[in-house]
Amino acid sequence: MTATLAAPATSGGAKTRINDFSIQVATVNGSGSQTANTVLLRAIFQMGVLVSGKNLFPSNIAGLPTWFTIRASAKGYVARKASNEMLILMNPETAKDDIAKADPGALVIYDEPLQLDKLRSDLAYIPVPFQKLVTASCPEPKLHKLVKNMIYVGVAARLLGIDMEEVKKAIAKQLKGKAKAVELNQTACTAGYDWAMENLEDQDHIKVIRDNKTQGLIIVDGNEACALGALFAGVTVVGWYPITPASSLVETFIEYAEEYRKDPKTGKSTVAIVQMEDELASAGVVLSAGWAGARSMTSTAGPGISLMSEFIGMGYYVEAPGVFFNVARTGPSTGLPTRTQQSDVELCAKASHGDTQHINLYPGTMEECFQFSYDAFDLAERFQTPIFVVTDLDLGMQNWSSKPFAYPAKPYDRGKVLNQQQLADMQDWGRYKDVDGDGICYRSLPGTPGGKGAYFTRGSGHNAYAQYSEKPEDYLAVVDRLKRKYETAKTHVPGPVFRNLGSDKGVLAFGSSDPAVIEAQDILAEAGLKTDYLRLRALPFTAEIDAFVKEKKVVYIVEQNRDGQMANLFRETYPEYATKFKSVLHYDGHAIDAKCIVDQITAFEQK
Amino acid sequence: MTTATPSAPNPPATPTNKLGFTKQDYVGSKSTLCAGCGHDAITAQIINAAFESNLEGYRVTKYSGIGCSSKTPAYFINQGWGFNSVHGRMPSIATGASLANRNLINIGISGDGDSMSIGMGQFVHAVRRNIPMIYIIEDNGVYGLTKGQFSATADKGSHLKSGAVNDLPPIDPCTLAIELGCGFVARCFSGNPKQLNTILKAAFAYEGTVVLDIISPCVTFNNHDASTRSYKHVKDHDFPLHDLGFIQYSEVEDVEIPAGQTEIVTFPDGSKVAIKATHEGYDPTDRFGAMKAVHESMAKGEFLTGLLYINPTQPPLPQVLNLVDEPLNSLGEAQLKPSEATLNEIMQALM
Repeated sequence: MTATLAAPATSGGAKTRINDFSIQVATVNGSGSQTANTVLLRAIFQMGVLVSGKNLFPSNIAGLPTWFTIRASAKGYVARKASNEMLILMNPETAKDDIAKADPGALVIYDEPLQLDKLRSDLAYIPVPFQKLVTASCPEPKLHKLVKNMIYVGVAARLLGIDMEEVKKAIAKQLKGKAKAVELNQTACTAGYDWAMENLEDQDHIKVIRDNKTQGLIIVDGNEACALGALFAGVTVVGWYPITPASSLVETFIEYAEEYRKDPKTGKSTVAIVQMEDELASAGVVLSAGWAGARSMTSTAGPGISLMSEFIGMGYYVEAPGVFFNVARTGPSTGLPTRTQQSDVELCAKASHGDTQHINLYPGTMEECFQFSYDAFDLAERFQTPIFVVTDLDLGMQNWSSKPFAYPAKPYDRGKVLNQQQLADMQDWGRYKDVDGDGICYRSLPGTPGGKGAYFTRGSGHNAYAQYSEKPEDYLAVVDRLKRKYETAKTHVPGPVFRNLGSDKGVLAFGSSDPAVIEAQDILAEAGLKTDYLRLRALPFTAEIDAFVKEKKVVYIVEQNRDGQMANLFRETYPEYATKFKSVLHYDGHAIDAKCIVDQITAFEQK
Repeated sequence: MTTATPSAPNPPATPTNKLGFTKQDYVGSKSTLCAGCGHDAITAQIINAAFESNLEGYRVTKYSGIGCSSKTPAYFINQGWGFNSVHGRMPSIATGASLANRNLINIGISGDGDSMSIGMGQFVHAVRRNIPMIYIIEDNGVYGLTKGQFSATADKGSHLKSGAVNDLPPIDPCTLAIELGCGFVARCFSGNPKQLNTILKAAFAYEGTVVLDIISPCVTFNNHDASTRSYKHVKDHDFPLHDLGFIQYSEVEDVEIPAGQTEIVTFPDGSKVAIKATHEGYDPTDRFGAMKAVHESMAKGEFLTGLLYINPTQPPLPQVLNLVDEPLNSLGEAQLKPSEATLNEIMQALM
């Protein structure tokens, strides 16, 4: 240990916030601040404190402002918090504005030459001579910009009471295998720490005290969790096209596939991954590979789903399986490509022209990102249709702590596929005949020998034998059966999760809103308003959701879009209860926070 | 590989191929195209070539987009699986399925509208990736199914039946394919069945992408005197490049190649194409020479037909991706799902 800190003093009136605070770091995009911020987050995590990180970054490679928020919570709340107790201001462009928006009493670490201390009198200023410290600790001038950020990690570690050994460990973890970079960054970080030790008075505003809340937990983002789900689900064909915030899902998958999807004898690959020319082609690859019997997927965001929609409708109508990950971002159009939103709800529920209905999965935790991705491949093959796994930038690209993922022991469900023998034994096989009454037909795979089972797949009208038909009765038989198939899915998709406090007032949310809703539910309960919370995890709506909607006097539907898209689906599905649904919305591109939910529900209640 | 048995007993006189199939085993449903359509002549030659090449019907997949041409996969090889997809996107359908099962024999049928307008992006990239498929463009210079609009291959100055004149230059699928690195580029005329038959048989032996542009006049919308893609016009302006002989690989039979002014190209499976050039000095293995010859002939208003360019050494996509030899769709959980220990190892790394 480099230095020992005294226990935080609780003098000065306000109580010290132990393991319960937010830090916002303002930097310039492309300056290497992501590494520094992750190190700070990881060091707090290693101190046994539950912590979450949100990277608010621009759609830009280098030069534009970026903010990273780290929230530590003794109670385990991991949603974004709208207020911050510490600011680290490294970006001259935004510093004045950041100061103007700061919460009273905040500690402000800043680059000394910015001279921010005259702007407001209700903040605690900590000027740091970053350039001087960098020059002294790093011999190579061209690396100064990169290691400068590590200095603020050292300063913050000292002020927060984080053990320097944990910081060093975090650096080693973050820069795994790059010995020189590890040493360089550890040196810079220590320089910041030592400088703070000698030059700054300790503070008692916010502190990290060692705890045991993170024992055995992992830190992961949703894209990686989904990639791992697909890896264990045995995906064999991936067609994709880069798009923020979905690219890292496939990119992480590629890294894992390099290691875990090579035939041990030949070194050859058991998965085909092709970066296609656009999202349309990606969708074609996914559906045709599924049609031919592979487990296939793509990963995209809203604009990609828009482009894929023609194919998705075809997949629905010809009944070809495929998994479509939508890591949603802020729309419409290009929107805010690096900001989060849940505004593709209706798009993914009904993608394409004509009458279409799709099975959607909405993971809300990292474990669910993993498990639902695994399940999506089973559902795709069971239901012979495109399956959407809908996450968002907040789930997909931010750091979340999680329990380690449980091994998905359930064997693959390859669905109703007839082999050569089964085809030979069948008297009257029709590709689109509903033999079992569940709307799901038996299919054959191209290349099956034996002279039976060949059929013609077409996006145009067809009958039960896959023959071209324009007859009204043939058309109705197919589209009505597809509706039946969707009904069958109700007993196969994951049901909701409840957090009931015993109330006739319901709160309903899905996906990344979960942590903010849990926190809001507790705040409301403390203020005397108990609610029952249902977290929706899939489309179609299951029987438990029917019951919830029927029972509750009011259902507050929390979602991150302007138009209350999920509420629209509820009004459409349950027209007799349409007036029960009240929209609680957050859609400015930032991750949702508890306060906005509390405020809106309180306002409804006071009406 | 399992050999399928013929689906019906045949009268003794009916000839069978090496697999014991009759030509009837390679037919499809009845065509619903206009009587006399060039596309039907192409369908007939696909049936003949598949029969003569001893194709295993169950391995055949047939892909198409939207348009008159795209209806035709229903009219041949009913033993194979068909996929009539969306407009201009046939290549991505062929890509996904050919990766899912590398044992499939993939035939894509498209039209000039489907490939050179709405589907240009997918055409270009499928060729660039060298996916294993025969990509046939049934090229009539006109949108038939929407009743006679110009397509992107229509010659500048050509007329529609209505009298409208095309003011824009055409896109040529063949030179484009050569530019993109395609290793088998040919042009045929639907009214020259012998040449088409030989080229199709060679195409069946080729491993990567074959681009086959077949001038196929539209009898309804583009067969009038002012059209440059009418039967009469093409018949008068069709200049076959060379005599072509295709010899399918066989372990039993010795292959005899005629001597003289003949070039022989050997495919990876051992099949050979013997090319006797009728154009002086034409060498179908010379990429730039092929481009030059096509451009010169276009300038003269000719349709140069035959095997324009061949390079049988290019690895197809499954090979480029270093995929396992077994079809991916046949891999089971044992080969695909990592162990519990592996998951724990990954989880440890994330702690």
